[in-house]
Amino acid sequence: MSDLYQLSITVNDTEYQRAIEPRILLSDFLRHDLDLTGTHVGCEHGVCGACTVLFDGHPIRSCLMFAVQADGHHIQTVEGLGSPDNLHVIQKAFWDAHGVQCGFCTPGILMTLVPFLENNPDPDEAAIRQAISGNLCRCTGYQNIAEAVKLAAESMRT
Amino acid sequence: MKKSIGERIKRTEDPRLLTGQALFVDDVNIPNMLHAAFLRSDYAHAYLRSVDVSEARARPGVVAVFTAEDMGDDWQPGPPLVSPPPTVEDITFYSRRQVPLAKDKVRHVGEPIAVVIAESRYIAEDAVEDILVDLDPLEVVSDIETALDPNAPLVHDDLDSNLAAHMIQSKGDYQAAKATAEVVISRKIEIDRGAAAAMENRGIVADWDSKSQHLTVWDTTQAPIPIRNGLAARLGLSESQVRVIAPFIGGAFGPKMMMFYPEEMRIPWISIQLGRAIKWIEDRRENFYATTQERRQVHEAEMLLTREGKILGVSHTFLHDSGAYDPYGLTIPLNTESHAMGAYAVPNYFSDLTVVFTNKILTTPIRGAGRPQGIFVVERLLDLAAKELEMDPVEIRKLNFIPPDAFPYEQQIIDQAFSPLIFDSGDYQPVMEKAAGMIGYDQFVKEEQPRLRAEDKHVGIGIVPFVETTGVGPYEGARITIEASGKINVATGVGTQGQGHFTAFAQVVAEQLGVDVKDVNLVTGDTAQFHWGTGTFASRGAVVAANAIHASALIVREKVLKLASKLLEAPEEELELEDGYVRVADIPHLSISLGDLAAEANPLRGAVEPGTEPGLEATAYFGPKYGAIAFGVHAMIIEVDPETMMVEIKRYVVVEDCGTVINPLILEGQIHGGVAMGIGNAYYEQLIYDENAQLLNASLADYLIPTANEVPRIEIGHFETRSPLNPLGTKGVGEAGTIPVPALFAQAIENAFPDHDLEILEMPLSPNRLFELLQEKESEK
Repeated sequence: MSDLYQLSITVNDTEYQRAIEPRILLSDFLRHDLDLTGTHVGCEHGVCGACTVLFDGHPIRSCLMFAVQADGHHIQTVEGLGSPDNLHVIQKAFWDAHGVQCGFCTPGILMTLVPFLENNPDPDEAAIRQAISGNLCRCTGYQNIAEAVKLAAESMRT
Repeated sequence: MKKSIGERIKRTEDPRLLTGQALFVDDVNIPNMLHAAFLRSDYAHAYLRSVDVSEARARPGVVAVFTAEDMGDDWQPGPPLVSPPPTVEDITFYSRRQVPLAKDKVRHVGEPIAVVIAESRYIAEDAVEDILVDLDPLEVVSDIETALDPNAPLVHDDLDSNLAAHMIQSKGDYQAAKATAEVVISRKIEIDRGAAAAMENRGIVADWDSKSQHLTVWDTTQAPIPIRNGLAARLGLSESQVRVIAPFIGGAFGPKMMMFYPEEMRIPWISIQLGRAIKWIEDRRENFYATTQERRQVHEAEMLLTREGKILGVSHTFLHDSGAYDPYGLTIPLNTESHAMGAYAVPNYFSDLTVVFTNKILTTPIRGAGRPQGIFVVERLLDLAAKELEMDPVEIRKLNFIPPDAFPYEQQIIDQAFSPLIFDSGDYQPVMEKAAGMIGYDQFVKEEQPRLRAEDKHVGIGIVPFVETTGVGPYEGARITIEASGKINVATGVGTQGQGHFTAFAQVVAEQLGVDVKDVNLVTGDTAQFHWGTGTFASRGAVVAANAIHASALIVREKVLKLASKLLEAPEEELELEDGYVRVADIPHLSISLGDLAAEANPLRGAVEPGTEPGLEATAYFGPKYGAIAFGVHAMIIEVDPETMMVEIKRYVVVEDCGTVINPLILEGQIHGGVAMGIGNAYYEQLIYDENAQLLNASLADYLIPTANEVPRIEIGHFETRSPLNPLGTKGVGEAGTIPVPALFAQAIENAFPDHDLEILEMPLSPNRLFELLQEKESEK
């Protein structure tokens, strides 16, 4: 067993201090140490995108990073986006456009889209599809996700 | 009465899913819970000489390690998962069920040999590396086409060969028809393996509480009730001591139906042994090696026709890959047979089915479940016939459709439920015409395609109809309760994996009780809430479960009207249910809320009249006589890049007839997702095994699931012929999107290369494979 490492990390604006093994993946740390289970793990090799979170505002695969690498950084997960009674505008758009089926890939797609929509206020269909092409979804065929992104972009512009 | 069925209602379950608040199995966290990791075979076929777990047991943090030997008398093969095959004439079937941990021999890569239980998953995986295992490799049965060679190694040493099953089905007199046929099309057709690849891998948490003598299991299963019943039987417990919960499931597509995986039996057993909660979550690599797969078949297929293009007969002698065991019986190949006549009136049919064991993970149904193979066979033969007869692909299909006045149409063979295959209803020609119209078939073929071809563009069009057997029995049930709050509680046994059951089923209730769907709370997949039923599979939720819910709602409605009539002193026929109230029509102030009525029905004092029941509650069941047959047509226009062989889908049209539509929003989503999986099956997703039955592309980086860039926009048209077999008139749709896509790709790609005389007789294709096929044709020129 490895020695423990002191980790100081800010997740969804809350600061956490934890002593953890250096080999703990960021995804496992978020899910099992902080009980933020909204971040899902689909492949553990960085392909499916389900575990995407924001690292200092940038989307990253939390399964490809050790938690200790996030020492001193800001992480945002889907739990930091909105709540069932107070949905973020992108979450609301996914609800309105039926962009969710089983919902397993959804948190990763939402976290990919937050910075995308900030940088691309009026994306066309091709840009949207390219933006989510690193997130696999087995249920929706992506069409209603694309619709949801357009809807969200429209709401965010007005 | 306000309509609810047929409305595009947003899903009530979504806010929880969108905010990370929905409970999936890996989210279950129990104090003092332990974690499991499995040692799996690296060989496809080997004798297991010894397993030394002493070092693993000594590792700090490891609580226990189990091998087959450690299980003692509790080691026994899993139960068969479906009823044994029917006693049709001359059937051969050898039942070989999967084992909980390998003993003596391993039969596929990934078969579990030992399981480590530790304080964390990290430690458990470390300890798996500590185990010394002595495997003595054997010759491998790597494919179905060589499995029955006289000198082939045996997957099961106690059998004379690798034959798992053999069965013949026929209709009419195929040989006599062949003597008179003017056109005979014969081809060998192959379909390879693919994965379901749900985004959530499998997982199970088992928690045995020795003080209450109660076992709680969270399982990524499509069928929580059969799992509960089977676990109780195997563990020597009463069914009342076992609660199985299928919480939110991250996609399933069939393999999560396959109950009693080795892990599914082992983890609860270990929880009882250790008196601790145990969690096992499959990783993606395990998902490729240890979750069931499907589709491998090889057909020698033939179609007989007249010179006018009328089908006289279809025959196919085919091999089906069962993998190492066959607990799921003949479900998949029987589905293939049910679809090998397509939507056509075929007077003569002959099918000779041989199922073989191979050293690969077993096969069980995946979205489509044998149907895509059957449709691929019949549609390919028909396309080849149309070419030979110089007929239009649309016209030859219209000529052969089962006519609308022929329903119910008896196919004279048995289906996957071993019942006579009967097509209940349909009207195929208008659906075909609608799809052809939407894609602009004639205009494209006559005007656009010649123009684009003149510009050297490889554009092709395809149009393929398909049938889908849906909504099979045996039954589902539901209990509906009006609570004193006025909310409606509905409990049903099926699990839910993203199909929108919470909303669609609520709409069925709302339709009868006049409430808002938001006020209907639905519980699915928890045996503590409802414990009769089978599960979510075979496109049956909207048929079997929805009709059970409808039946319960009708009884509750009757109870509401009877009590309200008494309290409001008005005849039942003058009462209306709307907005959560019972009102006397035309006298709006004479009303009572459903909540108050529920309280009145459950008094705390006084006497309930003899022969009556308290509360506004009802439980009812629905079991269809036989399955409802859905129909649809897919059409697409593609352009193939002659350099990269990438296929760009320019337009994709689906016209769907699944009877009554409960929620068009959800229906369209089901079709979108089904088509996306079909596109994978047709052009991207192939599991590549080598001659040692080693899977070469066991990662999502190598096994390519279509992304947003490969899946096109899908235009959907509806057509509705209600099923006469159930009160709602529904037919299933969950698998429909997937079924015709490989056949559609084949037709459209052939159409895109008119100078090559290309024949696509295999699936899946890939850009590489298409390049090879075109090269072969080039060299023949």
